[in-house]
Amino acid sequence: MKYLDEYRDPELARKLFDEIDRITTQPWVMMEVCGGQTHSIIRNGIDKLLNENIELVHGPGCPVCVTPLDTIDKALAIAGREDVIFCSFGDMLRVPGSTRDLFQVKGDGGDVRIVYSPLDAIKIARENPDKQVVFFGIGFETTAPANAMAVYQAKQLRLSNFSMLVSHVLVPPAIRAVLDSPVNRVQAFLAAGHVCSVMGFSEYVPIVEEYQVPIVVTGFEPLDVLEGIRKTVVQLEAGTPAAENAYTRAVNFDGNKAAQTLIADVFETTDRNWRGIGMIPGSGWELSQRYADFDAAERFDVGDIDTQEPEICRSGEVLQGLIKPNECEAFGKACTPRKPLGATMVSSEGACAAYYTYGRFIEIEGVTA
Amino acid sequence: MCLGIPGRVVEVYDLDGARMGKVDFDGIVKEICLSFVPEAEVGDYTIVHVGFGITKVDEASAHETLALMKEMGVLESELDATAALAAEEAIAAGEEHP
Ligand code: SF4
Repeated sequence: MKYLDEYRDPELARKLFDEIDRITTQPWVMMEVCGGQTHSIIRNGIDKLLNENIELVHGPGCPVCVTPLDTIDKALAIAGREDVIFCSFGDMLRVPGSTRDLFQVKGDGGDVRIVYSPLDAIKIARENPDKQVVFFGIGFETTAPANAMAVYQAKQLRLSNFSMLVSHVLVPPAIRAVLDSPVNRVQAFLAAGHVCSVMGFSEYVPIVEEYQVPIVVTGFEPLDVLEGIRKTVVQLEAGTPAAENAYTRAVNFDGNKAAQTLIADVFETTDRNWRGIGMIPGSGWELSQRYADFDAAERFDVGDIDTQEPEICRSGEVLQGLIKPNECEAFGKACTPRKPLGATMVSSEGACAAYYTYGRFIEIEGVTA
Repeated sequence: MCLGIPGRVVEVYDLDGARMGKVDFDGIVKEICLSFVPEAEVGDYTIVHVGFGITKVDEASAHETLALMKEMGVLESELDATAALAAEEAIAAGEEHP
């Protein structure tokens, strides 16, 4: 359990908690979409310190967690090839595929490299003309400008030994999927700040109108999260849902036009299968026809892949906010960050990993930290 | 990977047609693509995500965020692929509690 005096500005934090107390008159359920927010909420005990009428459920906003299993398996097959240097963000290395992960491929002699930026993979491709360099292009809208630029540069440079395995996911269709679920309890959303830095938040206006739910753009620092919650409660209590911005220092309504222009050139919308959740129509980006030559999934024929997800893992329910991680039987026992059964236990942005790291596994044994 | 980190632009130049620059994250200086923040000049702060500036941000909030990220111990592993690999290896080796 965290205490107020551990906040950077305890005075302001107390004011926000008090104000939320003052205006809350009935139970509300809201979902934070971004894994960075989940991490911040659990680390700082916001869910514990918050007015008990407010329930925060953790959303699907961890791109590592929702990258579909067959794509992971494809990545593993490509990374294991002798002619390939496989480049990825660090969080993907321990994500379990059907039988192994990228770390094991690396241990077995595969040339798997962690890169900080997709442009690092371009550099590696230029330095290794006799190798095929493949970048694992995952992420939400926030990562898309970077991945788009890498593919664009590869085309400009006529790099024939570079390709990308693309599995981008999009936030607005995921919000719709949560709302369309017959078992949905979520009444409002904290939208992911940096996704909106890129995309703006105009896309949320029609969702608010159609479903009559508040959507508040929120940062991921503790005080940002609290301010987002406060704005959301104001809307809920007044019954006046709107798309609102609680992260004005990094987000404007229209987003980053230069980034959006390149994204529109390099990617096109596709249906995407989300790990644990299933297919969400129009919820992904894949390479557009103009860049089809750089599609690793086309370049490497890895044959039929038979995917196998461990039966015990309930990450799909975790990702949809239907259960909390510590309600999963395997949590902290069969499943730990060292031996993760599901992707939500791997990524630092995954809800299961956040609960584990900050000691929430103790509660299921009846002892309160 | 998903975190955006604010840093101060200390140099701007052109590389293979892209607007690149050096950005200082509280002492760690990295080469960053600034093509998506054409308005960011030397001295400005930008939020950087996987090597790309995605939006400008004011100095005060940039410092706040950097201090917080240092406190959380995520600054290095977010910025440096070698540190990220080391962090993943440590977890895989069994050092589960950071
Ligand atoms: S604790 Fe592990 S097994 Fe359970 S839902 Fe989370 S990732 Fe899956």
